[in-house]
This record gives sequence, structure tokens and C-alpha cells, in this order.
Amino acid sequence: MADVTFIVDGKKLTAPAGTLLIDACRKAGIEIPAFCYYPGLSLQAACRMCVVRQEKVPKLQTACTTTVAEGQVFITESPEIAQARKSTIELLLGNHPLDCPVCDAGGECELQDMTFKYGAGESLYAEAKEHREEQQWSPAVYFDRPRCILCYRCIRMCGEGMDVWALGVQNRGVSSVIAPNGGDQLDCEQCGMCIDVCPVGALTSGSYRYKTRPWEMNHVSTVCTFCADGCKVTLGVRQVNDGSEIVRADNRDKSGINGDFLCAKGRFGFDFVESPERLTKPLVRNSQGKLEPATWEHALRFAASKLKEIRDSKGGASIGVIGSNRTTNEENYLLQKFARTVLQTNSIDHVRSTDYAALARALAGHNCKTASLRDIATAPAILLIGGNPTEEHPLLAWNLRTNVRLNRARLYIANTKPIKLERQAKAALRLPADGYQAIPAYLGGSDDTIKDTAFREAVLAEESLVVVFGQEYRGQAVESLVAWGLKRGPNSGSVRFAFLGDHANSRGAADMGLLPDLLPGYVPVTAPGAFQEYPGLPATPGKTLPEMFEAAGKGELGALLVVGANPVASLGVDPAALKNTFVIVQDLFLTETAALADVVFPAASLYEKSGTVTNTYGDVQLAKKAADRAGVKPDFEILVRLAGAMGVDVKTLVPFGKDGVTADLGQSRGAQAGEADRHAVWLAANNLEPRLSPFDPLAVLDEIERLVPGYTLDRINLFGGNDVRTEPGFVPITALKEAASALVAPAHDGLFTSGTLGRYSPALKELEQHQARELAESAAD
Amino acid sequence: MSDETMTLFSPRLAARFDALILKYPLRRSALVPMLLYAQDEVGYLSDAVISEVAERIGITELEVRNVATYYSMLRFKPAGKYNVQVCTNISCMLRGAYEVYERFQEELGIAHKGITADGLFSLEEVECIGACCWAPAIQVNYEFHDELTPEHVPGILAGYRSKAGVPSDGSLSLGWKAGVPSDGSLSLGWKAQAEGNAPHA
Repeated sequence: MADVTFIVDGKKLTAPAGTLLIDACRKAGIEIPAFCYYPGLSLQAACRMCVVRQEKVPKLQTACTTTVAEGQVFITESPEIAQARKSTIELLLGNHPLDCPVCDAGGECELQDMTFKYGAGESLYAEAKEHREEQQWSPAVYFDRPRCILCYRCIRMCGEGMDVWALGVQNRGVSSVIAPNGGDQLDCEQCGMCIDVCPVGALTSGSYRYKTRPWEMNHVSTVCTFCADGCKVTLGVRQVNDGSEIVRADNRDKSGINGDFLCAKGRFGFDFVESPERLTKPLVRNSQGKLEPATWEHALRFAASKLKEIRDSKGGASIGVIGSNRTTNEENYLLQKFARTVLQTNSIDHVRSTDYAALARALAGHNCKTASLRDIATAPAILLIGGNPTEEHPLLAWNLRTNVRLNRARLYIANTKPIKLERQAKAALRLPADGYQAIPAYLGGSDDTIKDTAFREAVLAEESLVVVFGQEYRGQAVESLVAWGLKRGPNSGSVRFAFLGDHANSRGAADMGLLPDLLPGYVPVTAPGAFQEYPGLPATPGKTLPEMFEAAGKGELGALLVVGANPVASLGVDPAALKNTFVIVQDLFLTETAALADVVFPAASLYEKSGTVTNTYGDVQLAKKAADRAGVKPDFEILVRLAGAMGVDVKTLVPFGKDGVTADLGQSRGAQAGEADRHAVWLAANNLEPRLSPFDPLAVLDEIERLVPGYTLDRINLFGGNDVRTEPGFVPITALKEAASALVAPAHDGLFTSGTLGRYSPALKELEQHQARELAESAAD
Repeated sequence: MSDETMTLFSPRLAARFDALILKYPLRRSALVPMLLYAQDEVGYLSDAVISEVAERIGITELEVRNVATYYSMLRFKPAGKYNVQVCTNISCMLRGAYEVYERFQEELGIAHKGITADGLFSLEEVECIGACCWAPAIQVNYEFHDELTPEHVPGILAGYRSKAGVPSDGSLSLGWKAGVPSDGSLSLGWKAQAEGNAPHA
């Protein structure tokens, strides 16, 4: 709408007509207090804190419901207004227990702050306060009724924001009370958003309550380690004897890709890092065949000498490397570089959750055709094919709901099963069990097995479209779908794609070349001159994950290095297959795979290290070290030390040090002579300082930016804690061969499960049991 | 909902609900009248009533409870067979409603929201029942008694006791099951009230 000009406290402000006064003021730096107002949710006007004086209007007006128009004049602070707000606070405090010294919200409570500001230190109310015992609604949510100020934020967040509608208000007047849907239990998605929006300490978190004070924690913004949406999460950490522990996870500054949102896993699942089953010492198999604790020096030396011996005697091709879906990009890049340049093998793979290689192949030669998670929150029309975002991609589901609610976006859903998001959909198409393959033809008009033409016409009528598709698509199917989108109609320029994967860095694992046939950036290993700085790279594709185990079964796999993966459990490998293979595992826990290993290194979790991760939409974010655990090391450091113990010049793996990799900035023979230190030249050209430590993952990030196509990152935003885009549409069309899509094995983790990490999170297990109980009860009714 | 095979309600009420839901542009607009009718027939809003009403309208039980708990006329526990509601708002109060109310408490031996041991009577202090011209007034189920003095109270109670077939000394209990009327006199509505010539509250 057209801009209007109005005056607030003598300052001339401009905002689009119809903007809420409270929003316009906040944007201009004028803070108007409010308890019930919450951006993005429906208006309540219940708390009366945001009252302002509007010229020519007899009574004070609520800024949260006043829309701005040309020529209005407002006053937001005056003795009259302060008195009104003070009286409101006095009323709110009428039954508030004032147990701030023990309340979880103390120190970050909006009621406390406002009382401090307006000073309702005395009360005219002499009546006794009504006390009610606190209630536990679920393992995650506790309710302390006397503290509640009835702002309705939790009800609206649960209903409008989450589309769960598990909270309501019962009774009326002074006896009004927030009530959960299951009598005295909450039957919901356990996202904890109600706790997050509560302006006071009425709703508190089961995992955080009575543990610490907000000011005793350090708050570190990092990236959630669970699903592939990659929410920014702020971890509250506190010093303890053996490092620092995570006490809380939330989205404190609401600045990340996820804005307000965080789901149950991000908010409560961090306790796997504190699991008593965490490995904290390296384990080495002794002569009796038992794993026993060893020193890092011994374990590294032993593993390195065996690796070297096997490489030198049987050749690099007899070594397999399996990477992780939850280690950082730098670690994945380093792992494949270590495998290819040090171990001399292309047999490197990971447990693939999605066929990202097929997406790269399909988009080859097309730029700006992928949608970021932010695009999905603002796109006017979205076509969602397959997947179940509510369960597996909670942030995507949140963005879709928010977009539909606030921007009236049109959501089209095609799925074989009914999914919850259909409640927001403009149209839903029910597909037959094998119907996904037919979609490109159906949308292109050349298929008549799907009868619903209205759905197709509605989708085709959209000028711009974001197509989000699930793991049901692989290989050729991805390519046909993308080909349909790229050819679509007169406005073919306005289609974007998002491909759903499983884990925190599944996309990064594929992007960084944890694939037997593709180097980082999906450059084929057979491409001449690829990564020419590293001469002697094995040029034939290596073994895929199943092929490695097959080779192991035949006694042809000399060694297997597994980083942060549990293929024995996730792919159901026969443990006997590995009995003649020297197995090294880096992991947090003694998984089924680690239990078979000859050497196990205790690895740090994503919350205990730094680096970048790429979510399934291609948004890169910086993970920062928050917690610390004595005994463990980041996978990055373990790899560098392992390489060092094998006698490798670490500088060739991790470009660090002031002197550059070859102590030559190219002056003597010129940058193109092939012997110059290209990395140092690149650093100088980009005004970057060389990294000083071989354990600094950012040294590898520099190399990723320099060498991996598509990873040209906006560093200021990245280091500022924002998400930045990568672009996979760079791959030369001719170079790509058909991806091995049969290897894709989606995990389909739900709201409370997350592979290995979820298994070791008591909080997530408890939530899962609670919800199973609620489900059983409602089924019995 | 007409294909509903299991229902708590009488066929007549069930049919009435079916029609009521279609009457409004939004189905949930039928909620409050449905709750009132259901309470009249069943005696109170049991969990089963709330569940069926929610299902008929297509909203959650929580939403039904959010609305139902707002209204003091809706109850979640059985009342007596005869629910005595004494108005103590200003007209009645000025003309001696509290004396009447106290006399009821003495005669029945119960207080606000109480229910007698035999389940025959329950007592409630209520807001205006719209009979100010004949204050003080009470409402027993949907029957009005007005221009009362405390002396009227034993007679009113005796009248209901005999209507229920209970000797006036109350010595013989027929074991009234609270909230389950057997004679159908309470069911379906506003008839009694219309006959009592009282405006809608």
C-alpha cells in the first residue's frame, strides 16, 4: 500500500498505509510495550499495555490494533500513558505470585521488565493471591497458573502458528485459565513454541526449569544438528567440571533462517551430548578382541600405521571411506581430500538420504533455479510433491503455513497419503501409490492416468512457482520433474526447486563429494583436469557403500574408515562381513558399526565444534562451538592428526600457515606456472589472512570457496550468523553421468527421532513415549 | 450426522441437532444452543456429551470446553432433579432474595451449587432471571416462582417432593439418580418457560 506520513512523539515517520502503529514504531526504534501482541499472529488487544494517545481521539488507543494513516499524530510516552500502563501492570500483578527469584523467566521476563520500567511497586489490592499448584502437561511443558497473565500468545501460537490447536482458555474473568487439550495433558507436536512465546514464566520447559539463571549462561548461536532444515539455534551453555554443558536451546534472538520457529528436536533434543554413553576415550581392540580405552597418541599411531600398511601393500583401492550426514562441510571436504590424496581411493560414500547428485545433474547449466528456505516463506505459490514436512521438515511446514496465513500464498499438494499441510492447501491431489513418476507427464498434459485436471490447471496458471519435492524422487524422475519446470509455459524463468533430504548436512555431504564418482561440486572424478592442484587423484570411480561391504565380505576390503555414520544398522549390513577388514570409526557413541571397529575415536558433536553446514535447500550457515566435552575431538582434528601420524605433510591437506603451502606466492614463476601457491594467491586476492592452525576448519572453508563450484559465499552474512546461498547450477552438462539413485535410503525421521543422535536423547525418547500414550488414549476413547 | 448410529441423545434431539447445524453459515455457531439442549436432556454436560457435540460440529473437544466453561448456566456435574435457582441481583436483593436464599439453604441443608443426598434438589445462586417485576423470584428447572417470602419456601419444596412421589418428611428415598429425569418433563426446551410467561434470560 502507499506510504503515509504520521507523527510519533514529534518524529515524522513513514510507513505503508495500514501498518500497525506498534510495528511502524518498532521499526523506527520507538519501543511500545505489549504482552499480548506478537508479530504474525492475530490481534488480541487483551493486555492494554500498548496504549498511546492519538490526537483528536478522546481515549487512549491500543497501538497493536491502530493502523497508521496520513497525518495522524501520536504520543507514546507521557505521564498519562505511564500511569495507564502502571495501572495495567498493577492489575496483572494482582494475582501474580512475584516468585521471580525462583522463576525460570526471571531476568528475561517481559512482565518483570515492564514492572521495572513503570514501577508498579505498590498495589491497592489487599486480597489474598490465589495459588494453584503447577501442572506438568507433558515431559516438555509445565504450566504455572498463577504466573499466567492471559495474553493468549500460547493459544494463538499453537493454533495459528503450528496448526495444532492444543491450547484453549477455559472459564472466564478472573477464573480464566489456559487449558491443554488432553484434560491435564498436552497432546500435540511438543514443539515448545508456547514456552518460547510466553512473556512470563507461566509455561516453562521440562528440560530447563529450575536449572540455572539466564545471566549465568553464555548464549551461542549455532545450527541445529538434527533435520535438514538447518534452523539457527541459540544454545545456553554453562561451565561444568569436564567442559561446558548445554542447558537450554531456543531461538533467542529470532534472527536466523527460522525466525521464531524451533521444533521439539531443536529445542529439547540437545541432551544427547550429555548422554552417559558418550565416548570420551579412544578405543582400540586388544589382543583378546575386546575394545579397550587407549590414549589418543596410541590410537592414532596404531590406526595410521595400519592404514599406511594396507595402502602400501594392497593399494588405495582396497580402502573404503564412509562419511557422515551430520559433520560439517569442512570435515566432509577434508575427508574426501584425505581419502583421495592420502589413501588414494575413490571408494568414498555416505548413507545417501536424497539424490542430490540427480538435482545437480538436472539443473546443470541453469542458474538461480533452487529455492532457499526463505523463498518458500515468501513465494506466492508452492507446489509440494511427496514428503511430509510437518513430521520430517518442521521448519518447511512452518514456513508454508506462515506464508499461507500471512501472504495468502497458494499451496498445492500432491501426495499419495493425506498429510496435515493439506489443511493449508488451496488444492490437494491424491496420487495412487506409484503416482509420483507420472507427475511430470501429468503436469505437462501428456498423462491421463491422473484424472484431476483442475489441479493441473490451477498449478499451470501460477506465474511463478516453487516446486518442493520429497525423497520419493530419484535419478531420472528428478530430471523429468525439473525438465518440466524448466520448460514450463511463457514464464519459465520463474520456477524454483527444493529437494528434501534427511539430516543436518546431507546436502553438504553430497556437495563436498562424499561420492565415489563425484568430486566436490559434483565434478566427475573422470573429468580431465578437475582439481588439478592435486595430481595423481585416482581417476576411476570407486566403490559405493554396498559395494564396499560386498568387497569386505569377499575379503577384498583392507580397511574401512567410517566417520559419523552407522551403516551397519542403517543398511542392515551383516557384521560378519567386516571381520577381515581393519575398521576405524569416528563417532559420538558406540554404535553397531563402532562396536565392530578396531579403532574408535570419540568425536565431537556439531554443538562442540565450528564449521559450516548446508541445509537441504542449499543455504549455508555457520555452526559455532558452544559446548565442550573433555576427551572428544572434532572429526576435523581427528582427520588432520591421523594424516599427520601417517607422515603426510598436513599443509597439503589443510592450507594453513603464514608462509603458504609452498612458501611461494607465485612471484618467481608466475601464478599460471603450476607451481605457485594458488591458495595464497587466492587469499591475497580476496583480502583474506592465512589461517594459523592446521585444526582451523576455516582454512578448508577458504579452499572450498576457491575450488568448489557453487560455494561462492557471502562471508559477511555467513559470519554474521545468517544463511547464505549456494548455487548448484554450475555443473557442466556434458560431464555428468547418471547418478546411482538406487543407493538412496531415506531415514524418514519424525518429530522425535533423529538417527543415532535421537537414540541417545532421553528428552526425545520421553516425548515420543508421551505422544504414543496420548495417541493410544485418544484411540481408546 | 444423520447416519450417526451411536448417539447419547434421544432420536428427537439428534434430529434437532442435525437441522440446527445446517441452519448457520458456520457450523460452530450451533454450539451454544446444542449445549443447552443437551444439558436439558442429559442433565449436565458429561464428557460423553462434549465429545459427541464436538464430533457433530467438527471441532475439537477443547474448543467445546473453551466455550462451555465460559457460561455459568452450563454445568459439568449432575444437578438435582429439581434445580432451584435463586436470583440475588438487585431487584430481588432489595425485596429480600437473600432471606429466601438462606431459607432454601436451611430447608435443604445445602449451599450454593450443593445437591441434596437423595439427589432430588440442588441449589444455585444465580444472576438476573428476568423476573424483576415480581421480585424476588426463583426458577426451578424452567418453572418460575415469584413474589416470594421465606415462608413460601417449605411449600414450594413440598410441592416438588410430592410431584416426585416422595413423602414430605423425605424418609423414603426412591433413589433418584441425579441428573437423569425419568418422566421427560425436562427435555426439549423452552416450553415450560414459555408457559411460565417469562422472557428469555
